[in-house]
Formats: sequence, C-alpha cells, structure tokens
Amino acid sequence: MDATLGDAVSEAIEDIEIPLLLEALYRRYHYDFRHYARASIKRRLHQAREQLGFASFSAMQDAILQDPAMVPRMLNYLTVQVSDMFRDPSYFRAIRETVIPHLRTYPSLKMWIAGCSNGEEVHSFAILLREEGLLDRTMLYATDINPAALAAASAGVYPLDRIKAFTTNHQRSGGKSSLSDYYTAAYGRAVFDKSLRSRVVFSDHSLVTDAVFAECQLISCRNVMIYFDRPLQDRAIGLFRDSLPRRGFLGLGSKESLRFSEHNRAFTEFVSDERIYQRNDQ
Amino acid sequence: MAIGASAGAIQALSRILPELPEQYRIPILIVVHVPADGSDLPQLFRTKCRLAVKEAEDKEPILPGTIYFAPPDYHLLVEPDRTISLSLDAPVLYSRPSIDVLFESAADAYGADLTGIILTGANEDGADGLVAVAQAGGVALVEDPAEAFAKAMPSGALARCPQATRLSLDAITARLLAIEAS
Ligand SMILES: C[S@@+](CC[C@H](N)C(=O)[O-])C[C@H]1O[C@@H](n2cnc3c(N)ncnc32)[C@H](O)[C@@H]1O
Repeated sequence: MDATLGDAVSEAIEDIEIPLLLEALYRRYHYDFRHYARASIKRRLHQAREQLGFASFSAMQDAILQDPAMVPRMLNYLTVQVSDMFRDPSYFRAIRETVIPHLRTYPSLKMWIAGCSNGEEVHSFAILLREEGLLDRTMLYATDINPAALAAASAGVYPLDRIKAFTTNHQRSGGKSSLSDYYTAAYGRAVFDKSLRSRVVFSDHSLVTDAVFAECQLISCRNVMIYFDRPLQDRAIGLFRDSLPRRGFLGLGSKESLRFSEHNRAFTEFVSDERIYQRNDQ
Repeated sequence: MAIGASAGAIQALSRILPELPEQYRIPILIVVHVPADGSDLPQLFRTKCRLAVKEAEDKEPILPGTIYFAPPDYHLLVEPDRTISLSLDAPVLYSRPSIDVLFESAADAYGADLTGIILTGANEDGADGLVAVAQAGGVALVEDPAEAFAKAMPSGALARCPQATRLSLDAITARLLAIEAS
C-alpha cells in the first residue's frame, strides 16, 4: 500500500471513529458534542489522542466508556477556555452606553452569561453593573458545561500577568473606576473581590441539552455558538428567544450573528456593529 | 483554493489576486498573520480585485468567485459540508489565525480538489498544513524562497513537504489561471 493510500484509509477510518466516540460520550455521560462544528472538534480530538497517548480514537472511546475519570479530561479538550475580561471593549462600551439606560428602568434585573468559561465575562459584567449602580438589584446566572471552568469562575482568581490586558480592556470599555479597586494581588495571583460574585449563581447548564430556567432581561452568549453547527445554533438561540421578555437584549460574540438563524425575525438589531439584538413581538 | 502568508503578504497577494478575472469560479480562502487590531485586508483588496472579497463569517457557505480572508484573532476552518467555521482555539505556532488549521481542515473537506499555496512569511506555520494538502491528493505550491520577502515560511514548507512545487509569484498566478481553465 503506498503512503498516500494509507493516509486516505486512516482518514476514512477516523471519520467513522469520531462520530462513534461522540455518541459514546453522549450515551454514557450525557455530554452532547455530536453536533458541534466538526472541523474544530476533530482537531481537538487529535490533540487529545496524541497527548493522552492513545493509538486510536477507538481505544480512546473504550477508555472513556470504562473510566468516568476520563470525562473531565475530555471536556478540557473538547471545550475551548479562551477568554478575557472586557474582551472586545467596544461591546462592553455599547452595553454601558446604550443597553444600561433601558435596563435602569427595571426595579430588578436578571442576566444570563451563557458559556461563562473561567468567569472573565461575568466578572466584567459585575464590575460594569457596580459602576453603574445596578449590581445590587441584579441577579446574574453564569452557566457552562465544564465543571472545572465553573469552579474557576466562582473562585475569581487569575494569574497576575493577565491583569495588564484586563486593565487596558476595562479602560477602553469606558470603565468608571480602576480595575485595581476590585482585586488584591498575592503570590502572583489576582483575587477578585467576592462581593462581585454575591449576586452571581454559577451553574452547570448546557445550551444543547437543557431548557430555559428563568426570564432574563439581558443574555450575553459570546463565542460559544461558533462551536455549534447551524441546527444547534438555532436550538440555543431558541432558548434565548424563550428566556427574553419583549425588549430584552441578546449580545453575541464579535463574529457571530443571527443573520442565518431561523429565529432571526424574533430579534431586531440594536447595536449591529457589536452584535447586540433586542427581542421584538414576533 | 487556500493561501497562507505572513510577513510581506500584502505585496505578494497584490501580485496574484488582482490578476484573477471576474469570471474566476474557484473560491479562495486566505490566512494572513496580522495583529488582532491590524489592517482591514478585505477592504484593502476589494479595491484592487475584480472578484468579490470579504471577511469570512461563521457558518457561511463557501461560494464560487469569492475571496475570503480569515478575521484577525480567529482561526478559519472549512467544515466537511464546505461551509466556514471560525474558532478561538489557542494559537498554533503563536498564530491565530493559523495557516495549518485552515489547510488541514480544507484538505479534509476538499481532498484532491484543493490547491494549497504558501507565500512569504517569517515563521513555520503552514508547513504541516501543506503536507496535509499533499497527502489528501491536492496540489501544493510554494513561493520560491529566493524571491520571497521573508524566506522562513516558504523554505519550511518546502523542507516539510517534498511533493510541493516551488514557483515564482508570476508562475503561481499562471498556475491559478490554468487550474481554473482546466
Ligand atoms: C471560548 S469560551 C467563551 C468565554 C466567554 N463567553 C468569552 O466570550 O470570552 C466558550 C465556553 O463555552 C462553553 N460551552 C461549550 N459548549 C457549551 C454548551 N453546550 N452549553 C454551555 N456552554 C458551553 C465552554 O465550556 C467554554 O467555557
């Protein structure tokens, strides 16, 4: 067999093995990656297989089925924990300048940060709300499927070398205070003030398999749905549609949009450059 | 068709892309290493090219006669159904977007129909990707390092991928026109 043919065959075998592995993970543990965008899932499964030292995806699947301790390790490969405080500062500026004035008219508020990763985004919202005097009347739900990420988010501790970028972003987002008001530095780490998290409920929730749990006036779901295929994106957007009251807000990542979604008509562009939408009457 | 370039990319692409005629059908996906807040490449090339030029959007179908640039700070991938997906996975060889990520996913999606081209650049991104293109039966082209603004990337690609053909920018352009004609 020549080398090219060998590669083509192993490629074809992988295309059988990968869906089976994802099916196994779903049936055994109810983590559903079956409809994630396939190209990047495949890349991350390759990394997992190489770094965990399995000869094949089938061997890795067997280990996953037999050993529940494999699950958190697989989640760390299959989910992408890349985030920043006040990531895309212009998004937070738009929230502050154009969304907050509407939210201010509510006596109490609920917000949902879906796919909160290690908590950078929810801390950013808590700081913004504190600066705008709204934190005390807001409940924030921070959800994710990765338990390790949720644990990190509820601890609110970040390496000190990330603070410089966080601080620049915070200033560019129109921050009214100094970021250093919200953390104490110790042993190379920045520990964020726990009062920022006193209004936050962290919970395990999947946009793929779970249902709506509350009515929220603002939902921020950034850089989570890019990992989904289109029908799955529509499922998640359907949850947001059902969770938002009329005139509620939905904020997406800077490269995401509702343009291709079947729920497109239920939303109106509010700040189109920043991918902020408002729920309408449809 | 997939193109990757880094240092000196704008000049090199300016020799190739404006030569493609309006009727050119093969879609072109391009990764250029630019800083996250770098220049707006689609904007820059839109004025120079006769083809439609745009920044790639998540989940959009890849259309004929269109040039897609990876957005700054996102990886650009081709899905098996030949739509685009973007990702924020960690940088690969310090690069996001990464040429390897584009080429490997495009090789999966297009197999022997793909042409992968590595142009000027100062790091080794793209070499593994080009190997994937060749292994899937696609065509691998590399800008001649002797004429490249930065040699590391084309030299690295030639070293890793023996099946690749080394060509001048003019010869690459001629090949692209010939592939379309065939
Ligand atoms: C790239 S991070 C985004 C972090 C943050 N929202 C931001 O934009 O900076 C993606 C997060 O989505 C989470 N995620 C993946 N699939 C999910 C699902 N089905 N439901 C909820 N969260 C999910 C991952 O665990 C990860 O923490």
